[in-house]
Amino acid sequence: MKIVALSGSQIGSKTRIAMDATVKAISEKYPDVETTLIDLADYRMEFSDGRNYLDYEGDTGYVTKTLMEADAIVIGTPIFQASIPAALKNIFDLLPVNAFRDKVVSMLVTAGSAKHYMVADTQLKPILAYMKAQMVQTFVFIEEEDFLQKEIINHDVLFRIDRLAEDTVVLTETFTKIREEKEAEYDF
Amino acid sequence: MEKYRINPDEGLEFGIYTLGDHLPNPATGERISAQERIQEIIEYAELAEQAGVDFFSVGESHQEYFATQAHAVVLSAIAQATKKIKIASSSTIISTSDPVRVYENFATLDLISGGRAEIVAGRASRIGLFDLLGYDVRNYEELFEEKFELLRLINENETVNWSGEFRAPLRDAQMLPRPVNGSLPIWRAVGGTPASAMKAGYAGVPMFMAHLGGATSTFKRTVDAYRDAARAGGHNPDELPIATAGFFYAAETSQQALKDLYPHINEGMKRTNGGGFPKQLFAQGVDPHNIMNVGSPQQIIEKILHQHEVFGHQRYIAQIDFGGMPMDNIKKNLELIGTEILPAIKKYTAKK
Repeated sequence: MKIVALSGSQIGSKTRIAMDATVKAISEKYPDVETTLIDLADYRMEFSDGRNYLDYEGDTGYVTKTLMEADAIVIGTPIFQASIPAALKNIFDLLPVNAFRDKVVSMLVTAGSAKHYMVADTQLKPILAYMKAQMVQTFVFIEEEDFLQKEIINHDVLFRIDRLAEDTVVLTETFTKIREEKEAEYDF
Repeated sequence: MEKYRINPDEGLEFGIYTLGDHLPNPATGERISAQERIQEIIEYAELAEQAGVDFFSVGESHQEYFATQAHAVVLSAIAQATKKIKIASSSTIISTSDPVRVYENFATLDLISGGRAEIVAGRASRIGLFDLLGYDVRNYEELFEEKFELLRLINENETVNWSGEFRAPLRDAQMLPRPVNGSLPIWRAVGGTPASAMKAGYAGVPMFMAHLGGATSTFKRTVDAYRDAARAGGHNPDELPIATAGFFYAAETSQQALKDLYPHINEGMKRTNGGGFPKQLFAQGVDPHNIMNVGSPQQIIEKILHQHEVFGHQRYIAQIDFGGMPMDNIKKNLELIGTEILPAIKKYTAKK
């Protein structure tokens, strides 16, 4: 199983810290899972110009192809201006319409205010649904006060991250198994 | 219809197209050489002609896993190897070519073939060729519209006066050689959406509608939009032919057809488009109301006749060879087409 952890912002540190914790949680509990962390802050991404994702080169080509090869994607996003960052939206725009078909996608949100709690539900989930993701419905919402000096200090957040890791793997295994059985039934 | 060399009294035309893809056979993982693939395509056209198929076309794609970038050259070899089958492109990416050169090529092809050449002009679904051939993809729409208009102008006039944005102007330029009957049938390739079809309709240009899968009734909306736009543009839709083009595979049973075809489509699309064809959607392809012509010969006959009733189109074009399909399977399909499918379609659609 291949899981990509996508840290969806070019700026800030909290999402990356939470994504590091997520990758650690997955790797410790599921050593056989191949995890790749992509922090958009580390890549020079082009804006989508409508071409097929295979036709992008350099960092853009690496990121799109790596995401397309994943069985599951954990998306980590901060909230900017009451929405997801442009950098993350650009990833969606770079990918084909059905990019997340047969993939499990789970979410982790870091926000400066609890008032942003609904942003994932109203703005991120509709995009993932349109792109045909199987979503882990419960996402991890982390606030400013859960961090201190670049570390997560709220143990409950770490528990929730552990559960997100487990839910992501279990749902991916489940859907893969169901899909394989169904595809075998088609007998072609 | 005469202008487009189509006689509706003879019934629905049956054609074959290839994208000129050059993919491994998923059953063996092996790929023939580009030379073998091109020879195979020429042989395919010859065998199609022997089976009584009306039309054969070859596409251009400038990317990995394709072998007919120089599709006009391949068509030229087909013209020489055949006697009566109509030959065309599917499609010529006019946006990134000089319409004068394209016309010279296809007018010559018409002379070689004795009046059998046609052009299907498209915009490209993959855009790598813009970089390769030195065009800016930001002009995707404008390039196509301007060059397609020029292509049509050349088709209608031996002496052309023209100026535009993307090519040097033409002053009393003679467009030679001329095709056998003075002009060529020129079609506009349409991707299946109504918006795209309407552009062809307004301009009064024959429509070549490509489709993957889905409900036949969905594509009826595209056909209606095309004819409505043609009427709005002052053209008579009854004089404008429509061709539909998509996956085709015949075997003893529909299950066998799905088995034989699916790995080629799925693996081929993964390589050329980066995403496979979901089994769930593919399984629906055998439904009588699905536009994919996959099934037993009898099921396919019924499907094509149903599509003809719904669309009232003049030509159906089958894609059989995608994704490293072995030549033996292609030959079996041609046999079923020639002995069962074509005679039935002609019988029910031709005027008696």
